[in-house]
Amino acid sequence: MKNDITELTIKELLNSLAKKEFSSIELIDAYLKNINSFEENIKAFITLLDREEIHAKIKNLKFKIKNLSGLPFSLKDAYITQDTTTTAGSKILDGYKPKYNATVYQKLLDNGAVLIGKNSQDAWGHGSTSENTDYDIPRNPYDLNRVAGGSSGGSAAAVAANMVPFAIGEDTGGSIRNPASFCNITGLKVTYGRVSRYGAIAYASSLDTVGPMAKSVEDIAYILSIIAGKDPYDATTSPNPVPNYIENLSRDIKNKIIGVPKEFFQDGTDKEVIQKVRDALKIFEKLGANICEVSIPSIDIGVAAYYLLAPSETSSNLARYDGIRFGHSRDKFTQETMRRIMIGTYALSAGYYDAYYKKSLKARTLIINDYNNAFKKCDMLIGPVNPTPAPKFGELISDPVQLMLSDVYTLTQNIAGIPSLALPCGFTESGLPIGMQIMGKMFSEETILQAGFAYQQATDWHKRKPKL
Amino acid sequence: MDTSRLSIDLVKKIAELAKLPLDEKNFSILQKQLESSFTYINKIQSLDTSNARETSQVTGLENIFREDEVNKKRNLTQQESLSGSTAIYKGYFKVKAIFDEE
Amino acid sequence: MENKYEPIIGLEIHVELKTRSKMFCGCRADWFGLEPNTNTCPVCLGLPGALPVPNKKAVEWCVALGMALDCEIPEFSKFDRKNYFYPDLPKGYQISQYDKPFAIKGKLKNIGITRVHMEEDTGKLLHAQVNGENCTLIDFNRSGVPLVEIVTEPDIRSSEEARIFLKKLHQIIRYIGISDADMEKGSMRLEPNISLRKIGEKGLPNYKVEVKNINSFNFAKKAIDYEIKRHADLLEKGETPKQETRGWDEKKGITYSQRSKEEAHDYRYFPEPDIPPIRWSKDQLSVIRKQLPELPDAKIKRIIKDFSLTEYDSTILTDELETANYFEEAVKLSTINYQLSTKVIANWIINKRVDITKTSPEELLKMIQAKSQVVQIDENELEFIIKVLDANPKAVADFRSGKESVIMFLVGQVMRETKGKTDAQQVKEKIVQLLKKS
Repeated sequence: MKNDITELTIKELLNSLAKKEFSSIELIDAYLKNINSFEENIKAFITLLDREEIHAKIKNLKFKIKNLSGLPFSLKDAYITQDTTTTAGSKILDGYKPKYNATVYQKLLDNGAVLIGKNSQDAWGHGSTSENTDYDIPRNPYDLNRVAGGSSGGSAAAVAANMVPFAIGEDTGGSIRNPASFCNITGLKVTYGRVSRYGAIAYASSLDTVGPMAKSVEDIAYILSIIAGKDPYDATTSPNPVPNYIENLSRDIKNKIIGVPKEFFQDGTDKEVIQKVRDALKIFEKLGANICEVSIPSIDIGVAAYYLLAPSETSSNLARYDGIRFGHSRDKFTQETMRRIMIGTYALSAGYYDAYYKKSLKARTLIINDYNNAFKKCDMLIGPVNPTPAPKFGELISDPVQLMLSDVYTLTQNIAGIPSLALPCGFTESGLPIGMQIMGKMFSEETILQAGFAYQQATDWHKRKPKL
Repeated sequence: MDTSRLSIDLVKKIAELAKLPLDEKNFSILQKQLESSFTYINKIQSLDTSNARETSQVTGLENIFREDEVNKKRNLTQQESLSGSTAIYKGYFKVKAIFDEE
Repeated sequence: MENKYEPIIGLEIHVELKTRSKMFCGCRADWFGLEPNTNTCPVCLGLPGALPVPNKKAVEWCVALGMALDCEIPEFSKFDRKNYFYPDLPKGYQISQYDKPFAIKGKLKNIGITRVHMEEDTGKLLHAQVNGENCTLIDFNRSGVPLVEIVTEPDIRSSEEARIFLKKLHQIIRYIGISDADMEKGSMRLEPNISLRKIGEKGLPNYKVEVKNINSFNFAKKAIDYEIKRHADLLEKGETPKQETRGWDEKKGITYSQRSKEEAHDYRYFPEPDIPPIRWSKDQLSVIRKQLPELPDAKIKRIIKDFSLTEYDSTILTDELETANYFEEAVKLSTINYQLSTKVIANWIINKRVDITKTSPEELLKMIQAKSQVVQIDENELEFIIKVLDANPKAVADFRSGKESVIMFLVGQVMRETKGKTDAQQVKEKIVQLLKKS
């Protein structure tokens, strides 16, 4: 029957549900079947909701036909879900059941979507391989000996393995784009302030973004339309009206100018990665776009700036975990988290504030200027997401400096606040996914989604499936 | 300043400020990790920021307020408030006796 | 000994605002008396994922207070995080203001106001014994209530100067209507910083002592006096008083050392990333300024001028805004319907002949009118008058011989006897009546 309904896009699923080709319950059971088959090997979830509970929720939906009626989804475990365990990947919140809903979660609920589980992640968002977790480490569906990426590794793996049609991840320095790229799915880091952070357990307040992860750009557009917008509970959300991302998606990109920052193709970046991104650029040229070279000189210093800004803010954001009102004691932080807290505490401390934190705020201005200058010459930028395909377990986590450097291509977009869409652009010889990212000016999600959509009409990397 | 050399004493002081209980073994591992991290992070000193102002917020937003109104929607009942902890007593959170006044 | 040294005193005052809601969330700000932990939400309880959104009214009131204290209101201002761990501080940091407060460089009664800024209150700690074990109980109902902090320059030179300053500040706060400023309920808290300097020397002393746990302006005066003496004694011995925080013990009348923190806290201030900064336009500031009520000193001057009252009377009338408003309302009504003298109306109010919270201005005027139509001296009062007349034969003789001005002395004597509870005008008329008779 409908074994393959889990491969349908969101648009197709909604159409079929509306036409009653299958019911919500049948759809969710199909995903649950995949979870049953693959979760033992993939470990994409920290918490899975009970099947009965899910069915009960769907029955309650019968009387409300909404935008996402009955579509299942999962959330990175950093999102606050009332009465459903929320851990942010850390033992400190083991068993924690919050008493309110994150705004992004509430919006999806209000639109009829059904939560089926919370995804594994690097604790507190601290990492790019999801190995810094107190729970089971998620595995890459394309190669179970390799990482799914991070910190939203579980979310990426769940989408790639057809366990959910979409998930909400969180991107502070690449945490949506990195795993999307390693797992051959599509993920969007939004403009800072486009989507509410209320109820997203904070890593670095000025860098955190809430974003969708799914199998295609079109799916991303569906979810973004629902979750974007000003929230009175988050003072940093933008009052800019939310465009109709779906309606304008198929505008062609003829004569758009694509900038290629030369610093995104450094020594140390895997040759196959570079090749696949250059191949993608050729496709864009075929689609009518023009390519030009630009420069973002500060992306290297961006690593140092990020590893001052983010730890500083996280050292403060994690101070509330004192074990008094909730959670367990602070000795349960992982070593990687303690390292980041200490870097941040040191960078903010008396005598060092100017040289470190304040300096990184100035570096931020220069990084913003670099992107602004580049966008004077072009409508969007394209480059790789990760310098390498997915590493094996243990390769990066043991070397903190190597770990830092592996984020070089994704950190500066968070520092500048600009949006970036990660999507598949090929595979290595050995079958590992390679991803690229399309970056735009602040609030240019429409432009980069159009470019991504056009690319996905002309290619089928995003339709490939892992062998599970 | 060569702040990449972090003495054990300094590391202990930072851990105290950050309220991180660490044992001896963890101290020395973290000391090494912090030193190598800062060796890298110190690259930022080479950046010429003499003409740059600080950017704390990328939104450019200003004057975002809420009206002075009571919002019952988010109010937690006493039970909900206390639900995250097992150390409670007659409606209060309970901790070991504190003698310092802040 | 104390003539060798002069006190260098600064004050740090916290005022809880009586807004409807808390500083960064929609919980009630009037937390007093509620069952523990029933007035919280994810924001003020510091739950994971919660975010602060500032209360517009609280910020405007902070600026208003700054304006009333003659401060500069900088165009740009922001919130900062003050990071430290304490069980009553749910987020592990307090949202406050560090280097760009809402108001700076003001003045009140010749004392410099360094700054007036906005922050949030903490939860409340209670010490208790549970199952034989000493423990601390925490209630977060108060967490997040808006607090305004006022810091003065170390310009105060005596405990009395401090007390007068505090009374004036208290009055202004109540005039603007932003807080009850009740020291006993804790909606106004103060901490003096005290040190001594040899007279003739310049610059600040190399130490200062902060005193906490002071619950009234009078206790503040006593605590300051105690410290002045304590410091002088130490300095005379060649010792420098330890830089520390001390608590005031009202029962014993002494300050005691609290477990001193040798090093200053490292609060690791940085700009609050969750709250966009504030930039005032001239229009916005002038709206706030226009909404300021007439402040006490200006009101005194105007009442003296407009109603021909003495400074003494005007000061009493304006001590509380409610009284001043009541008086002016009564005078306004009187001009329309009753034509009573403003002095009489003032006297009735000053002498508390009625409870102004229970008697309306209209009712008061009716009462005055009724009384003034008849010379109403009752038996007791008559007795006092006769007693005074008998005791002052010379004055009586003077009056009869034409020195009419001596009547005021006689009236004054009667007022002393009746402790001011009689109407002076009526006493005067009665005395005249009596003296002219015989």
